[in-house]
Amino acid sequence: MLNEELKIKIAQLLPAIEFEEGGEWLNIHVPSEAFRSLIVSLRYDAGLDFDYLFCLTAVDWKTHFTMVYHLTSTIHRHHVVVKVKLDRNNSEIETVSDIWRTADMLEREVYDLFGIKFLNHPDLRRLIMPDDWKGWPLRKDYEDPVNMIKL
Amino acid sequence: MDVTKSKAQADFPGEIHETAGGGIVLSKLDEVINWARSNSLWPLTFATSCCGIEMMSVASAKYDFSRFGFEVARATPRQADVIIIAGTIVNKMAPVLRRLYDQMADPKYVIAMGACAISGGPFFYNTYSVVKGADHVIPVDVYIPGCPPRPEALLHALITLQGKIKAGLTREQIKETSFLNP
Repeated sequence: MLNEELKIKIAQLLPAIEFEEGGEWLNIHVPSEAFRSLIVSLRYDAGLDFDYLFCLTAVDWKTHFTMVYHLTSTIHRHHVVVKVKLDRNNSEIETVSDIWRTADMLEREVYDLFGIKFLNHPDLRRLIMPDDWKGWPLRKDYEDPVNMIKL
Repeated sequence: MDVTKSKAQADFPGEIHETAGGGIVLSKLDEVINWARSNSLWPLTFATSCCGIEMMSVASAKYDFSRFGFEVARATPRQADVIIIAGTIVNKMAPVLRRLYDQMADPKYVIAMGACAISGGPFFYNTYSVVKGADHVIPVDVYIPGCPPRPEALLHALITLQGKIKAGLTREQIKETSFLNP
C-alpha cells in the first residue's frame, strides 16, 4: 500500500493522530493514552497487518522522551513509524511484547538504557548493564563519576 | 679444512661458515631463539570493532601479513602468541580480554591497534562503558594510532614488534636504547 492510502486508512482509526511526511516512511504521532488500542489495530486489522516490528527504540529530547516503533507488513510490504511522546518524569507505556515477541528483548533494552517502564511486560529486568547498575546511561542528563570523563 | 664465510641471510643474527660436507653456524643461542620467535608470530583471531575489518584486510591477499610471518591466525589463545587489540574495549569486555591474555602461552606480545585500544579514542569523553585504553587491562608492546589505522600502519607495527623481539630487550631497556632509531 502507498503511504497516501495508508495515511487515509490509519486516519480512520483515530482522529487524534498527527502525520509527519517527507521521509521514505509514513510517521505517525500517537497520544500515549490511545497507543495500545491503535497498535492492536495496526497489527490485526485487515489491510494493515503490520506483522513485523523491526525496530523499537527511544529518543531523549531532554524535555521529553519519544518512543519509536518501526513496523512493516510482510504481506502488503508497507511500513509505518509510530512515535509516542512520553513525560520525562513519569515515563510509562504499555508493552507490545504480547503482540510482537521480539519486543520482549527490545523493551528490556530500552528500559535498561532509558528507564522507560513498560506496563504489563512479562519480565522487565536490565538486559545489557549489570543487574546492580544505578541509573539510565543513555539519558542525556546521566552522570557517572566513576566511569565517565566529562568534556 | 677449507672454511669460507658465506653471505648469510641479512637478518640472521650470526655467521654461517660453509665447509665441505656441511657448515658451521656461529651465534648466540638467545639471539637465534629471538630471531626464530620474531619470524613465527601467531596472532589471535580477536577483534572487537571496525579495526578488525582493517586487520582482516591486512590478513588477506592485498596486504598479506603472511609475508612477514604472521599467517597462522589462531582461534584459541592457547596457540597464539600475539594479540592484536583491534577495537574498542568496553568494561564488560575487559575481563574477557584479560582472560584471553592470561590463557596465551609465554612469550606473548600485545599490539594496541587504533585510537580506541590506545586511549578509548572517540569514546574518551562522556561515556559510561568504554575502557580508556587497553593498557589498563593488559600490558601493550606496540601502539598504532589511527581510526582505524591504515593497513600499512599495522604492517609497520608488526615489523616493529619483530624488531623489538629480535632486540630481546625489556620495555625499559628499549626506552633507553631505541633500536629503531640508532
